[in-house]
Amino acid sequence: MDSNTLLQPNPKAVRKTKKNRGYKQPWMLHFMVLPAALLVFIFAYVPMSGLVMAFQDYKAALGIAGSPWVGLKHFRYMFENEYFLQITWNTLFFACSKIVMNLIIPFIFALLLNEVRNMGLKRSIQTLVYLPHFLSWVTLSGILIDVLAQTGIINQFLTSLFDIKPIFFLADGNWFRFTIISSDVWKEFGFNTIIILAALSGINPALYEAAEVDGASRIKQTMHITVPALIPILIVVATLALGNVLNANFDQVFNLYSPLIYQQGDIIDTFVYREGLLSGQFSFATAVGFFKSMISLVLIVISYRFAYKFAGYRIF
Amino acid sequence: MYHKTLPYRIFSIFNNVLLTAISILCLLPLVHLLMVSLSSSAPANAGLVTFWPIGFTMEAYAKTFNNANFLSSLWVSVQRTIIGTALAMLVNAVAAFALSKDTRIFRARNIYLWYFVVTMLFSGGLIPNYILILKLGLMDTLMALILPVMISVYNIILLLNFFRTVPKELEEAAFIDGANHLRSFVSIYLPISMPAIATISLFTMVGHWNAYFDGLIYIKESMNLPLASFLQTIIVQADMTKFDPSMVANLSQRTIRASQIFIGALPILLVYPFLQRFFVKGIVIGAVKE
Repeated sequence: MDSNTLLQPNPKAVRKTKKNRGYKQPWMLHFMVLPAALLVFIFAYVPMSGLVMAFQDYKAALGIAGSPWVGLKHFRYMFENEYFLQITWNTLFFACSKIVMNLIIPFIFALLLNEVRNMGLKRSIQTLVYLPHFLSWVTLSGILIDVLAQTGIINQFLTSLFDIKPIFFLADGNWFRFTIISSDVWKEFGFNTIIILAALSGINPALYEAAEVDGASRIKQTMHITVPALIPILIVVATLALGNVLNANFDQVFNLYSPLIYQQGDIIDTFVYREGLLSGQFSFATAVGFFKSMISLVLIVISYRFAYKFAGYRIF
Repeated sequence: MYHKTLPYRIFSIFNNVLLTAISILCLLPLVHLLMVSLSSSAPANAGLVTFWPIGFTMEAYAKTFNNANFLSSLWVSVQRTIIGTALAMLVNAVAAFALSKDTRIFRARNIYLWYFVVTMLFSGGLIPNYILILKLGLMDTLMALILPVMISVYNIILLLNFFRTVPKELEEAAFIDGANHLRSFVSIYLPISMPAIATISLFTMVGHWNAYFDGLIYIKESMNLPLASFLQTIIVQADMTKFDPSMVANLSQRTIRASQIFIGALPILLVYPFLQRFFVKGIVIGAVKE
């Protein structure tokens, strides 16, 4: 019967479509990852192999293969070095102050911004406070050096208001620390509010309505609804920041510091740059960088564990 | 009905004024910079200029645009930003697409993913990177500023998280119609992900434009310096005042320096409105988990 042949499946046709299904071609996916994988190999994994220099006395003429091995000499020298302890402390001091300030100030700012009823005003404020994040430290240091100079407008303003001597913001150790931390907060606080505002918008409005019916004031609502809802995100941000305790923002310090205040302002990264590329102590600088990388690695792994445990945060 | 009460209204007015003041504070340094660059050099050197130009003149900008070194640096930065961003987006997006696939379809996915993530956690550091560029013969080339920073694992993860939110049914329908992975990427994923890709492109652009350190260490010829590195050297050279408060060097350069720094920041100010429109969305997407 002619009509019956139509109903019978054609085994050849079925097999053909199965073989040509797009998702049966993983080689194409491999091919897509390949360029990125290759670049990462050259520019990330090859330099990692360069870390063996930390255990050698590297001479450019001999190369990594020919340089003599010296074991832990550079690491010993590092830990016996008074100055190295000083810069490690500086780094920790800068990083921890920034972590704390960049948590508290955006948190308060986001809470206050949340109270702005006028949508147009709210958006304009947001637009303005995000802006400094996108300016480079080169631009900002150019401005700061000018503004904070002995004859700069800040000092003019202060000396005309109060009867004080000009402050050396960038030439006095303690003021330098103050300047580094406050300028970093000024630059980043707006951008750091984004994540908190995102968490705020996720709070169920029904909670506020219920509290309203029960006669809770705005302060009570904030204390008992908003703040508890934000605690998980604060924990995540704080723990993820832990991985950065040895990064005190090279770009910022490098563009603002000077030999005058190395004692209070020099950090590990700037030290590595000067020792390695300016003085040519390749092996020693690599050892310092290696030490810093190891500590950071351990801290990052721990902090991600914590963030996952407390708030279910995963990067992918 | 708390926002009808008198104390809350007083707070509200006070709060609005405070936040407006804080947000203006974020703009003041830039305004000051612009005003110094538009003033004549005598009042600028005396430090009289605050937030309004004194003796308005465009002379500093005229001098800046007659400076051959400045112009060549500007050109290097433009090249680096355009080429660097285009290449980076292409390679990162394609890789992110492949890595966004399920392990059932792409069995090696997790191996690749860890291969990338390890580089996020651990790196060779400054000196080995420097020696690598030296050994590859990339010193003093544009590629030294583009290739090492091309792969951003963080951006790959942002993109792959975004690709995973695209409904699977779309791709399945395409497969049934005989598409392969490349076709599904080009015809389905790319058009849908345009907001995310645009956001990350803008971030990459800003990163390239602002990067100064690689130019400082990999570029020897001052004509080949990108603008950010060029500005950095100018600022540091002019920074003699920091070492010795009594010595006031290079002061006649103050307005010119201000104009150069301002032009350096101008492209950022120009792309910023576009950035702002959807970068919040782009960032939050990276943190959302199904």
